Amino acid sequence: MTKAPLLQIKNLTVAVGEKLILRDLELTINAGETHVLMGQNGTGKSTLASAIMGSPAFDIISGEILFEGENITEESPDKRARRGIFLSFQNPEEVPGVTLENFLRTAKGAVTGEKPRLMQFKKDLRVEMERLGVAETYAARELNVGFSGGEKKKAEILQLLTLNPKLAILDEADSGLDVDAVKTVSEGVSRFRNEGNALLIITHNTRLVEGIAVDRVHVLENKKLALSGGAELMRRITDSGFAGLQTNPDAPRGAPKGDTQ
Amino acid sequence: MSGEDKRALIPDEPDDAAREMYDTKGVMKPRFQVSSGLTSEIVSAISDEKGDPPWMREFRQQSLAVYNETPPPDWGPPLDGLDMEQIITYVKPDARMEARWEDVPEEIKDTFERLGIPEAERTGLAGVGAQYDSEVVYHSVKSEVADLGVVYTDMDTALKGEYGEMVRQHFMKILPPREHRFMALHGAVWSGGSFVYVPDGVEVTIPLQSYFRFNAAGAGQFEHTLIIVGKGSSLHFIEGCSAPKYNVANLHAGCVELYVGEGARLRYSTIENWSKNMYNLNSKRAVVDKNGIIEWVSGSFGSHTGCLYPMSVLRGEGARMDYTGITFAGAGQNLDTGAQVVHAAKNTSSRISAKSISKGGGKSTFRGGITVAREATGCRVSVSCDSLMLDSRSRSDTVPVMDVRCDDVDIGYEAKIGRISEQAIYYLMSRGISEDDARAMIVNGFAEPISKELPLEYAVEMNNLISLEMKGNT
Ligand SMILES: Nc1ncnc2c1ncn2[C@@H]1O[C@H](COP(=O)(O)OP(=O)(O)OP(=O)(O)O)[C@@H](O)[C@H]1O
Ligand SMILES: [Mg+2]
Repeated sequence: MTKAPLLQIKNLTVAVGEKLILRDLELTINAGETHVLMGQNGTGKSTLASAIMGSPAFDIISGEILFEGENITEESPDKRARRGIFLSFQNPEEVPGVTLENFLRTAKGAVTGEKPRLMQFKKDLRVEMERLGVAETYAARELNVGFSGGEKKKAEILQLLTLNPKLAILDEADSGLDVDAVKTVSEGVSRFRNEGNALLIITHNTRLVEGIAVDRVHVLENKKLALSGGAELMRRITDSGFAGLQTNPDAPRGAPKGDTQ
Repeated sequence: MSGEDKRALIPDEPDDAAREMYDTKGVMKPRFQVSSGLTSEIVSAISDEKGDPPWMREFRQQSLAVYNETPPPDWGPPLDGLDMEQIITYVKPDARMEARWEDVPEEIKDTFERLGIPEAERTGLAGVGAQYDSEVVYHSVKSEVADLGVVYTDMDTALKGEYGEMVRQHFMKILPPREHRFMALHGAVWSGGSFVYVPDGVEVTIPLQSYFRFNAAGAGQFEHTLIIVGKGSSLHFIEGCSAPKYNVANLHAGCVELYVGEGARLRYSTIENWSKNMYNLNSKRAVVDKNGIIEWVSGSFGSHTGCLYPMSVLRGEGARMDYTGITFAGAGQNLDTGAQVVHAAKNTSSRISAKSISKGGGKSTFRGGITVAREATGCRVSVSCDSLMLDSRSRSDTVPVMDVRCDDVDIGYEAKIGRISEQAIYYLMSRGISEDDARAMIVNGFAEPISKELPLEYAVEMNNLISLEMKGNT
């Protein structure tokens, strides 16, 4: 089976204000693949996720992002979402006055082009909430307002399962979750995953991906993917950290962090 | 269906035809119309046409005299655009007051059907009134409510009928013509409006509704609403107002007088949606007896300039007032709204929760007026106002005025002014929701505490109005 590239990132250079965070980064994710992105705190993993989603807070200095072969570098986040890109946020926003259910139904309508029928939607939502161990009452709660850290993460996965995108980027979907919750979320992610879609999982440990087959692991360092490998790379990192890794020679280790060019 | 389920039916996106719906002019030709400007002859002509009893004739002429000697208010937003010579004070539609919807003339019926009246009646209201220009064209009250002795009729009928004396005893007693120029004007030229009387000990469980619609260009609307709720009774009265757009200024100077008896409860809800050339100078006031409760729910949309500060006079011990209001000021609008309360007796309490939204250079001012009398010990006052500015050109101010003459009083005051969170918009957009819709959702969310106080149809209407304002350019 030949895999079609779902996401292609070419020579991507991203800055926030004056600060350069990613430089000439390359990444290709094919349909049917699961990629894991690792790296030390502050290296730019969330920045990469934001750039793919189209956050207005970051400037694309150069390079291209292609989705299913089309250039989306300049597209607004809502258009990208409608193409099938989804980002589970590291820190999900609180949106007062908008209920989780109303929001999800509107979002579902936006990505599918047809607003789901109320009663059927409610039913489907209840089923998924129950599987994720989210109490039914949360449907009527304001989106993420007053949710605990773990509840916010579960709500992100609920959104993932409701919107069923082609590419899901999970930015530390497991952080702040208790042992049982990690398992529940991990099962949710497995339910989402099929041969036609893809995952980019940003994580600091292996807990979330325990039951998920990983195709590629990347390490973000010095503004680019300094090292890529198979699933075994992840195990090496969680066992002995980033220190002993043999990385890409044109990304020298130990360069001062926070340089501007 | 549970309340929650029903709420989910509120559309998140406005019907595109909606603004057009409110702005469409009817084609009805008025039967009687006084000439522009204001003279004693004109006021007499109104009395003749309406067949006023002698006391009302007199009252109008006295009010006119007060009007002529009172300068315009020297505070609040400028009223320069308002040329009284141009405002037609009385426009009578070519229709009699009807009790059967079928009998209302086609053109008027058309206009109201577009606005969802009397569908509203079919969907569970105790009574419905509809006013077109200066006169009430339709009134009906369900028999089960009438059987309890509840009176709901237009002011003309009340004035001349069995309740004439009651009207006389209450009419402009809490909103005296001397108070300011526009109240005086109202006293001189008022017409239309509703009269409601709930006898002692009657709980009206379904709301009464009245709807005002101005259709004539350059007209003034001066309807008078008088509601008397007897001891231990309860009532929810809902009022909706709208006007289509003309390019001459219109004036609305209605009066609402509410009497809440001992231990009674009155909820008065309004959604006002005026065209953007309207000067809305409406006066509303309630007096509340011992342990009575007045609740105001108010949404102000549209109009060029608005001044609206419902006042509650808590004159009986333990009386309570609760105000929940929202104002949306878009491009070219100056909306000055708020609530006033007079604590005149012991252990009275008030809660004011006001929200305002400004956009496209619109200006929104909250004016809170709290007065606590020396003898009003043990009072509790809580005021919170929350403003949302959608861009940097818009303005939002709060003007709290407190006159507290008593030590034993508990006062809480909180004011917040904020901008829409760009992070929240990005978050909603990342789920496929367009930027416009994301903004509308967040603004509707801001308004949610108000809309949840409204009956469903009105909550839907308010959501639509907000979404329409959000889509408006600038
Ligand atoms: N809005 C911003 N303004 C200024 N600096 C920013 C902004 N967003 C990110 N940065 C900086 O960019 C760098 C990369 O941040 P990013 O959040 O992408 O890191 P990360 O790899 O996801 O880290 P972590 O593992 O801690 O989540 C950091 O130094 C961060 O401080
Ligand atoms: Mg991060």
